[in-house]
Amino acid sequence: MDAIALQVLNGLDKGGAYALIALGLTIIFGTLGVVNFAHGALFMLGAFCAVSVKALLSLEAVTLDPNKLTAWGTPMEIRVPYVETWFGEFGATLLNYSVPVSILVAIPMMLILGIAMERGLIRFFYKRPHAEQILVTFGLAIVLQEIIKGIFGANPIPQPAPEVAKGMIDFGILVGFDAGNVVYPAWRLIYFLFSVAIIGAVFSFLRFTSFGMVVRAGMADRETVGLLGIDIDRRFTIVFGIAAVVAGLAGAMYTPILSPDYHMGMDFLVLSFVVVVVGGMGSLGGAVAAGFLLGILQSFASMNEVKNILPGIDQIIIYLIAVVVLLVRPRGLMGRKGMMEH
Amino acid sequence: MSFFKTQPKDLILLLCFAVVVLLAPILFAPIGAGYPDLLQKFAIFGIFALGFNILFGLTGYLSFGHAAFLGVGSYSAVWTFKLLSMNPLPAIIFATLVGGLFSALIGFISLRRTGIYFSILTLAFAQMSYNMAYSVLTPITNGETGLQLVQSDPRVLDVAFGRDYGAVLPSSDLFGIGMTGYPGYYFCGFMLILCFFLTLRIFRSPFGMMLRAVKSNQNRMNYTGLNTKPYALAAFVISGMYAGLAGGLLAVTDPLAGAERMQWTASGEVVLMTILGGSGTLLGPVIGAGAIKYFENIFSAFNDQILAQVYSFLPEILQQIMVAISSLFVGEGWHLTLGALFMIIVIFLPGGLMEGFKRLRNLISGKFGGGNGSGRATAPAE
Repeated sequence: MDAIALQVLNGLDKGGAYALIALGLTIIFGTLGVVNFAHGALFMLGAFCAVSVKALLSLEAVTLDPNKLTAWGTPMEIRVPYVETWFGEFGATLLNYSVPVSILVAIPMMLILGIAMERGLIRFFYKRPHAEQILVTFGLAIVLQEIIKGIFGANPIPQPAPEVAKGMIDFGILVGFDAGNVVYPAWRLIYFLFSVAIIGAVFSFLRFTSFGMVVRAGMADRETVGLLGIDIDRRFTIVFGIAAVVAGLAGAMYTPILSPDYHMGMDFLVLSFVVVVVGGMGSLGGAVAAGFLLGILQSFASMNEVKNILPGIDQIIIYLIAVVVLLVRPRGLMGRKGMMEH
Repeated sequence: MSFFKTQPKDLILLLCFAVVVLLAPILFAPIGAGYPDLLQKFAIFGIFALGFNILFGLTGYLSFGHAAFLGVGSYSAVWTFKLLSMNPLPAIIFATLVGGLFSALIGFISLRRTGIYFSILTLAFAQMSYNMAYSVLTPITNGETGLQLVQSDPRVLDVAFGRDYGAVLPSSDLFGIGMTGYPGYYFCGFMLILCFFLTLRIFRSPFGMMLRAVKSNQNRMNYTGLNTKPYALAAFVISGMYAGLAGGLLAVTDPLAGAERMQWTASGEVVLMTILGGSGTLLGPVIGAGAIKYFENIFSAFNDQILAQVYSFLPEILQQIMVAISSLFVGEGWHLTLGALFMIIVIFLPGGLMEGFKRLRNLISGKFGGGNGSGRATAPAE
């Protein structure tokens, strides 16, 4: 029982990332009818927002202290980050919390980027065949990730979580297991809660605002909404921006769990596609449910007990599930009837 | 009636193609591509793209997992070398067969769906094969090290025919002709001509017509009471066999196989080759493959010193700026150029270079003889 609880927990953070990316993919596909192969790149760009914020905050002033000598007899260098000299204690805290702080940067950045992407490129492809949409966004994904590689290099750049969240949480005690059996890194729990909060925000935005209502109506029947005199294009641009923000935030907060490198986007994209397909193309609830489901299943498959029976199952379980779902129930777990069902 | 009855026009095309392939070392020398290693790549990836085009160009099914078949072809060729013989013929036969079998398996499942679903499915399968090659299948694929020949390989056929390689690591040879350098190129070139001929025949056959019909309107085909799936599957398997052959040839010219050949970037590259040249056209994919491999070779070789020389006519500061910008695109950054090229082609010239040539020709003939405007070369891929 403890082991099961632990594996469920293990799957939650990854599942959260899958769910957030898949949510954005589904929103874009549902509203704009475009399959966005560059969505993984947006996730990666969000992660690199966190990297840049950390890098900016830790810019250091180097002063030489003539009173102290190093082992080589030269004056010792004292490195103090500028934020600490300028803001003192607050600066140090800022540096410590660089990952959460980067959210504040990531939101406007990703929004601008998403809107620019939709206005500058995607909108010319609404009427073109799906194959060309796939190809052009695929090209964009390569371009984005190579630019990041050019700037930040090819190696993963580790990002520390804030000090308070670096430790482990004994989650077992909270739900009544023996102490020490279900311990879990605090940041991953935070990530899970964060992803749930974002998902909740997106859902309530779509459900309870009139903007969201128009978007949902547009997903159901774009033409009719247009006939009612609503400028659906402008709303969809903003929707694309929101989807980009969701992916970016997912990436920024994920950095302490997985050190970001330039190809993390594509690794997640393939899996997120699978998530969308399993959840049901065009179903937001399905994307979220399938994201968490596949995350948890993947963590179960990587248990040693399972791997001993079926070696390598952890590498392929997600794809296997996708194949089974597509063959048995092509519209996905919660897909609408007739949606891409051919 | 006969499979080999080729129309005069096609025969001329085939002859020209064969002449260009055979004279390639001389013809491509002026642009600095007249050496065997690069020419081998032209031929091999030409075959790969030709095969991909039979699927994507004719039926409109966009597969994102074709590199998996290339990888499988390489692995089976290296295993043939290890177990049977260093002769490339059994190796490429096995590579083609295994590529075909593997694609039949994947195609059977993936072709249950069309459009985006199909693309995602093939992508997922390729990614799955790639992951498996690195993990579960390590005994077969040798994981990250890649599959290599060793001196103690059994090589049953070679032993049976009394062939002894002595104490050196053998390299593949066709009855005594080593498969490196120009002999290797001509081996690949011969295969390319053969594949081109087959493709030509497929394009002109009723089967090819059926595949085009699948692309232009599959629903209508179904309404007429015709089951289109077997045709699509046949196209998928044929293109898988081409990919397997290409993978086998890669192993023939350089006997090792690694899983990185199966990555999604490799799948993306063959898509790019095909659309760069012009999907659905006969020559396009070969031209696209050649162009990409050629520019990859040139761009990858650039470094900051060469760039500085190129921009040496500019003032100092401008020169530094230009070098800094350009260096993103060359050397290690070749993939950036590739991605940008991908976008430009899809946005402005979805018909590829072949459509570009056609437009040019129409422009010229339109000036002189009032030629009729061209329809778009590619039909929607639904």
